[in-house]
Amino acid sequence: MKGILGKKVGMTQIFNAAGESIPVTVIEAGPCWVTQVKTAERDGYDAVQLGFEEVRSARLTRGELGHLGQLKTDEQHPQRRELANSVPALRYLREFRLKLDEVPAEGDQITVDVFVEGERVDVVGISKGRGFAGTIKRHGFHRQPKTHGQSDRTRTTGSIGGTTGVGHVFKGKRMAGRMGNDRVTVQNVEVALVDPKRNLLAVRGGVPGPKGGLVMIKVARKQG
Amino acid sequence: MNLVESLNRQLEPNPNIPDLRPGDTVRVHALIVEGERERVQVFHGTVIRVQTGGAGANFTVRRIASHGIGVERTFLFYSPRIEKVEVTRRAKVRRSRLYFLRDRRGKSARLKERRTN
Repeated sequence: MKGILGKKVGMTQIFNAAGESIPVTVIEAGPCWVTQVKTAERDGYDAVQLGFEEVRSARLTRGELGHLGQLKTDEQHPQRRELANSVPALRYLREFRLKLDEVPAEGDQITVDVFVEGERVDVVGISKGRGFAGTIKRHGFHRQPKTHGQSDRTRTTGSIGGTTGVGHVFKGKRMAGRMGNDRVTVQNVEVALVDPKRNLLAVRGGVPGPKGGLVMIKVARKQG
Repeated sequence: MNLVESLNRQLEPNPNIPDLRPGDTVRVHALIVEGERERVQVFHGTVIRVQTGGAGANFTVRRIASHGIGVERTFLFYSPRIEKVEVTRRAKVRRSRLYFLRDRRGKSARLKERRTN
């Protein structure tokens, strides 16, 4: 099972063996628990659900606690869920789609040492929300001239389409709107550092999302 | 203490770099890669800026190259690629960033030596 959940801590730089300075994002990754194993025959697809970040059980709903196997079976509830190994109350649950050649047991713990330094991974995060952003920021449009008689439209969009011959604006025309707060994957980033003692993982370069944001780390789909 | 700080604390400053202050005249022996080989290059000039803070702590050295062209190079305090830094002279300066030297040349770009006992 190669995949883990973590929290982005921030960026710094480290020096590699050649003495080069490498920009890294530090991630507090794991420990995670396997909270559910989904199989193709039962659920229609293969996946492993991981839980991350222990919280007080009062922070979760009864439904969530039941899913984590924390509620006891009693007379009114004869069939409550039980996991092979017990897991604590967890804030985040996320699924990793994968082919199950080595099936983990529900309740298994996963720590950063599943990754090794130098390995390539994909990192998934939720990008920072930019609010209602204009076309320059959102789509990289050019701005208009500041001079030559222009006075009030350096950052506005230009034409958005034809005249009566077309009669409408094409669907999908790039305009201003909500930007960010999207799921973003950075692919094929190098694992720069792994420290199981501190649950620390550092990857080369940036990672989407704010500090403290949840990130998923999995083996790179496109190696190389 | 968060994990970034704990990583930064783990860094060890390059023992070959002494305490530097703006105005110091230094000879920096830095490793450079030249084709296949590595060799030491000496950069001789005045420290015009010292930036502290974490793994990115650095200092900038300014020298006047041929034809009076000013050349500045920034070195990282934590870089293992610096062999040695010699301080040849310390000057009395009243500000921490000596950017005014960029606008000066010749006689007016001199700094008064600091007397230390």
